[in-house]
Amino acid sequence: MPLVARGSRALAERSRKGGAGEASRSRSPSSSQCWQTAPRRSWSRSRDGRGRWETVCECWGLAIPVRCAFGAGNEDLRNLSLSGHVGFDSLPDQLVNKSTSQGFCFNILCVGETGIGKSTLMDTLFNTKFENDPATHNEPGVRLKARSYELQESNVRLKLTIVDTVGFGDQINKDDSYKPIVEYIDAQFEAYLQEELKIKRSLFNYHDTRIHACLYFIAPTGHSLKSLDLVTMKKLDSKVNIIPIIAKADTIAKNELHKFKSKIMSELVSNGVQIYQFPTDEETVAEINATMSVSPQVHLPFAVVGSTEEVKIGNKMAKARQYPWGVVQVENENHCDFVKLREMLIRVNMEDLREQTHTRHYELYRRCKLEEMGFKDTDPDSKPFSLQETYEAKRNEFLGELQKKEEEMRQMFVMRVKEKEAELKEAEKELHEKFDLLKRTHQEEKKKVEDKKKELEEEVNNFQKKKAAAQLLQSQAQQAGAQQTKKDKDKKNFFFM
Amino acid sequence: MDPLRQPPSPCSPRPSSPRTQSCEMLGYVGIEAVLDQLKIKAMKMGFEFNIMVVGQSGLGKSTMVNTLFKSKMWKSTLPGLGVPTPKTLQLQSVTHVIEEKGVKLKLTVTDTPGFGDQINNDKCWDPILGYINEQYERYLQEEILITRQRHIPDTRVHCCVYFVPPTGHCLRPLDIEFLQRLCQTVNVVPVIARADSLTIEEREAFRRRIQHNLRTHCIEVYPQKCFDEDINDRILNSKIRERIPFAVVGADREHLVNGRCVLGRKTKWGIIEVENMAHCEFPLLRDLLIRTHLQDLKDITHNIHYENYRVFRLNKSHVLPRGPGWVNLAPGPAPSPASPQATPRTMKVCRWTQDNSDDEC
Repeated sequence: MPLVARGSRALAERSRKGGAGEASRSRSPSSSQCWQTAPRRSWSRSRDGRGRWETVCECWGLAIPVRCAFGAGNEDLRNLSLSGHVGFDSLPDQLVNKSTSQGFCFNILCVGETGIGKSTLMDTLFNTKFENDPATHNEPGVRLKARSYELQESNVRLKLTIVDTVGFGDQINKDDSYKPIVEYIDAQFEAYLQEELKIKRSLFNYHDTRIHACLYFIAPTGHSLKSLDLVTMKKLDSKVNIIPIIAKADTIAKNELHKFKSKIMSELVSNGVQIYQFPTDEETVAEINATMSVSPQVHLPFAVVGSTEEVKIGNKMAKARQYPWGVVQVENENHCDFVKLREMLIRVNMEDLREQTHTRHYELYRRCKLEEMGFKDTDPDSKPFSLQETYEAKRNEFLGELQKKEEEMRQMFVMRVKEKEAELKEAEKELHEKFDLLKRTHQEEKKKVEDKKKELEEEVNNFQKKKAAAQLLQSQAQQAGAQQTKKDKDKKNFFFM
Repeated sequence: MDPLRQPPSPCSPRPSSPRTQSCEMLGYVGIEAVLDQLKIKAMKMGFEFNIMVVGQSGLGKSTMVNTLFKSKMWKSTLPGLGVPTPKTLQLQSVTHVIEEKGVKLKLTVTDTPGFGDQINNDKCWDPILGYINEQYERYLQEEILITRQRHIPDTRVHCCVYFVPPTGHCLRPLDIEFLQRLCQTVNVVPVIARADSLTIEEREAFRRRIQHNLRTHCIEVYPQKCFDEDINDRILNSKIRERIPFAVVGADREHLVNGRCVLGRKTKWGIIEVENMAHCEFPLLRDLLIRTHLQDLKDITHNIHYENYRVFRLNKSHVLPRGPGWVNLAPGPAPSPASPQATPRTMKVCRWTQDNSDDEC
């Protein structure tokens, strides 16, 4: 039963056929979720006698009643019958055209041990070869590697991001293996939340990186889930849509596979792990399921085999794995559930996965985060609290704190400056004192020196006087001596004569 | 959609990250099935469309709405039958769910009887602006709740059809004032009402004069030139802009013409067929509003007008009071309705601007 041929186009045909011929019969909208509104918490609404909500729009003191027939409850919506072709049946096409021009984003997270076949399965699913080097087993911890690819099929552009857990299950101590994964998922939600809370935001341009589907690869032991698997899945189930799959399913025999699957599912149920429920309430999907003859729930987890190599089977090439004992065909439903996985993941439920991520997981994250930050919807007096008011209050608080801190810092600064000033003054005084002391000492010394100089001069004078006196005496003595010798000489000369 | 799309221009809304590689797929994967999934989801959820008709009484607004949606939305009021003209402007909304070929549309039509009917029409646009802003406010309040609803009910006015009386001369001061204010908050489509009182030549001359007036006063009516995304849009929209304002005639009675049953107005000198392009331009209006640009109207309202409002509101929220009185955006008489509108003009968020610092359109 080639499910490949049926698929998307069949869905559209069925929906069109089901819709035609009902232009006059109005289907009550209560079945769909769109008109259900929670009791409105708004300002002045009151039911008048006819049971219609009335809003009072107050402008400049005048109460201008705006009588609106829509509101809570479906009893007010009147279904009109059209007497001709208006033309808004092209609305879905307009919507689709808009979305096509913007492109789609789809992000898959693959969680599984190294070597379990994650990259190969991605290659097989999307029929292409993504650039991938096989990871080693020596990673010190789990890290996530995200890679984005742009795929185009006819006029649909898909921005596909595949996130791989590198090093999962390789460590000896695997207590913290789940933490990087949870952090990554939270980081993507946080980025989206930040963008949404910005004042000037551009959500229609935003590259959505939130994980839409998590493929959890279960090792084909044939017995049961490992405790690491249970723990990780339990941590992830409230944050992301988990689709468990059994990898390398060609190592398990048919009968063992059935037991293995039921064991896994019962373990998941008993541990309270919420995996992604494929929607079965839509008529179109139910019909697909009817053609598959069993609902996809029974087949979970899908046992898949991935392969990018082609082997000649019959007279055409097909993706398969060749063994000495036979060939495992990837797209053969009897051999493995790959076709079902591809059908469920891409062709039928891609949009639902994205929607679940946005409306359930992201909203949960947002609620928790905002409550953590302290925002509430109603305060203890049960008056409606607006986010703005809380934000204002927080902002004022924060500003007040900032101001206080500023004051403190300023005071501290002033104090320090004063201290420094005092110190400097002290130092200055000391310096002055020293200077005075030095000056005085210098003067004293100078005086001493002067005194000494005077003394010296006196002594020198005395000495000079003495010297002069001595010289005089000497010269007198010399003169006397010279006269004496002259006399002697004369005497001598006289005698000789 | 032509597969040979232009490569992303700087104006395109598709950001390309440097890490993205383009990959060739070797076989059919089935990604295009997502389009059908989208369609199914949209049809299951249904669509919402809110339209507002503004104009003086007697211009045929209710009849026009009935003709557009081919059903008795309103009881068309005939003058002189004891229905008094309201003394003040009152806004009346009516909601219907219409279905065609499996597509459900929740249509809300807001009428404004009493607009421009008083002797002193000063500030008659304020209640309308207040109503539009109230819808934005309601949506904003729902959006910022902690526990949000799965699908926020959209009551914002997506399109405002403004009826210009067929004087044949040019836009009146009231029209100009109103259009100037409203074009910054909502998508406005001006139409020449009761166009069967003008001949074809008069119609063309009137249209040229109105276009000239709009250009002189810098009024950007839908489809706005600055929101054209790519060359295809621009070509299509310039064709539409050539014909704005459409000269329309509304009728909800059927008459027999040449053996066919057509909607038309029967007069002594002939039957004016509403859907005949030679007689009036109603098909253009219908196609613009419903068949081709409905989603675009909603998108521009959501992405541009609502975001502008949100920016203004979040920036100025410490100034505005809360509760029902918040609508009173006028602190004083003179610049009041202009101030929330004047500032968004400079703060307009363009579709293709990605950084948050620049605010030029």
